[in-house]
Amino acid sequence: MFEMAKELLKQLFRKPFTNRFPSKHVPKSTTKLLKNVKEGMAKVNRPVPIPEGFRGKIAYDKEKCIGCKLCIKVCPANCYDFLEKERKVKYHLSRCTFCAQCVDVCPVNALTSTKEFLLSDYKTH
Amino acid sequence: MNSGKIIEKKYRERKPDKPVKKKRDRKSYSLSIGPIHPALKEPVRFDLKIEGEKVVNVDFELSQVHRGIEWAGTRRNPVQIIYLAERICGICNICHSACFCIAVENIAGIGVPARAHYIRTIYGELERMHSHILWAGVAAHELGFDSVMYYTWKVREKVMDVMEALAGNRITKGIMMIGGVRRDIKEKQVPMLKEALEYYKKGFGKLGDIFLKDPVIKSRTVDTGILSKQDGLALCAVGPTARASGIKKDVRQDAAYAAYSDLDVKAITPKNLLGEVKGDVFDRIVVRLLEVKQSVEIIEECLKQMPKGKIVYEEKIPKLLAELRSVEGDGIGRIEAPRGEVIHYVKLVGEESPFCWKVRAPTYNNLLPWGPMLMGEQVADVPIIAASTDPCMSCTNRAVVTDGNNEEVLDNEAMRRLSVEKTNALKRRVGR
Ligand code: SF4
Ligand code: SF4
Repeated sequence: MFEMAKELLKQLFRKPFTNRFPSKHVPKSTTKLLKNVKEGMAKVNRPVPIPEGFRGKIAYDKEKCIGCKLCIKVCPANCYDFLEKERKVKYHLSRCTFCAQCVDVCPVNALTSTKEFLLSDYKTH
Repeated sequence: MNSGKIIEKKYRERKPDKPVKKKRDRKSYSLSIGPIHPALKEPVRFDLKIEGEKVVNVDFELSQVHRGIEWAGTRRNPVQIIYLAERICGICNICHSACFCIAVENIAGIGVPARAHYIRTIYGELERMHSHILWAGVAAHELGFDSVMYYTWKVREKVMDVMEALAGNRITKGIMMIGGVRRDIKEKQVPMLKEALEYYKKGFGKLGDIFLKDPVIKSRTVDTGILSKQDGLALCAVGPTARASGIKKDVRQDAAYAAYSDLDVKAITPKNLLGEVKGDVFDRIVVRLLEVKQSVEIIEECLKQMPKGKIVYEEKIPKLLAELRSVEGDGIGRIEAPRGEVIHYVKLVGEESPFCWKVRAPTYNNLLPWGPMLMGEQVADVPIIAASTDPCMSCTNRAVVTDGNNEEVLDNEAMRRLSVEKTNALKRRVGR
């Protein structure tokens, strides 16, 4: 019991361990907050650095794509639709599992992993 | 809402020594836990016969959550299945994907480069560390020590960060590939990995103290939920559950895969620390904590021995898929997952997708031992005993107590409260 209590009491005086959002509440105006931060009037929690090679949202460069359909073949979640007319693909983010297999397989690097991960949104399209 | 509270009150108010009517000469109640319950993370239904607080008979029903993953697998190509296999279990994602890859490699006769073997081993052990520490937190939660749970999970966070930095994903890491791994462990990532290992070496003692020296945890877990060696063998227990009963069974030792044949891995039993084996819940805690330490040592050894070179048999996926399309045959993959031995059976028939894919997860074996473990125990101990095998099934939120005429619902919270109260009573008795 003593060991446990000691460790827990110690935790009480430490900073919270979890990564915090930049500010406690959603600011009324983000631009204003950023301005204030610049002038040193407000403080925000710096974001935790994202590791290199992070597998975030997939970025698709339509120009580069040659329509080889390899991404369609390997994607476990069937995220890609083939557009017959244009001979390009369409990426559906909502199905993606972020395995980045399509990134590895694309012969012309039309697909890349970005560092974007806060993907929840009210807008579904 | 608070229906749990009200019913719990009712449950409490019922006098234990209420005279049983002569006509209905039934002393035992049946207590049904599940299919959705807190001590289990996946659905299963228990049917316990209880006399007073004592469990006198145990029965349970499985197959409450059939997701059809294997069926989905037979409609995908092997590369796609790797990611499907990861999703069989979020915690054991490396084991399942590696196991599937090994099965396919066995069929096609694909040789894995030595470096990939080591990387697989490192990921496997990182996963074991995270799974066991996570389990320790769950056990603390079941006993009513929620702050210890948060502390334990804080300790676990380090290994999650390491995995994220190495693989690019925190949970489903997508690192396995048929014939090797997808990402190398780069030279500049090694210091970070080593630092994390140091962190665990230092923090391990503290975690050990909290779990192994605390008198309340001890009195809740020692001699509770005993699984004897004979029962363990007869019921085919696997993993830490078997080892805690003194059965020296570990795939890493018995049928070494990946780089384990180069490493000296010995199955850990409570004998290593306590000198004797009881097979109770406490022993299971001991085994898991010792395995975290063992994993740290294995990773260190891997980092030392790891050879340079290729990490995958065939980098071009279309070529690999074409090769797999031409093979026929069946194969088995065996791996020691954090919870025990996992087996994947795959049959390829020279087509795009496998003809058959069958997965046997370790929890399947570790369910039957619940019978002897729960027999004769108190209802308040059911959550911790059930959780002590680290079942990977969805857990109970509701228990229905019936005595033939009235039905009462003991929900997740109520069950846990019973467990917490037992801990508190013990605390008072121990004098803390
Ligand atoms: S990251 Fe994986 S799931 Fe997402 S589109 Fe690429 S292959 Fe499909
Ligand atoms: S793999 Fe690349 S080039 Fe081929 S279709 Fe997909 S995005 Fe286009």
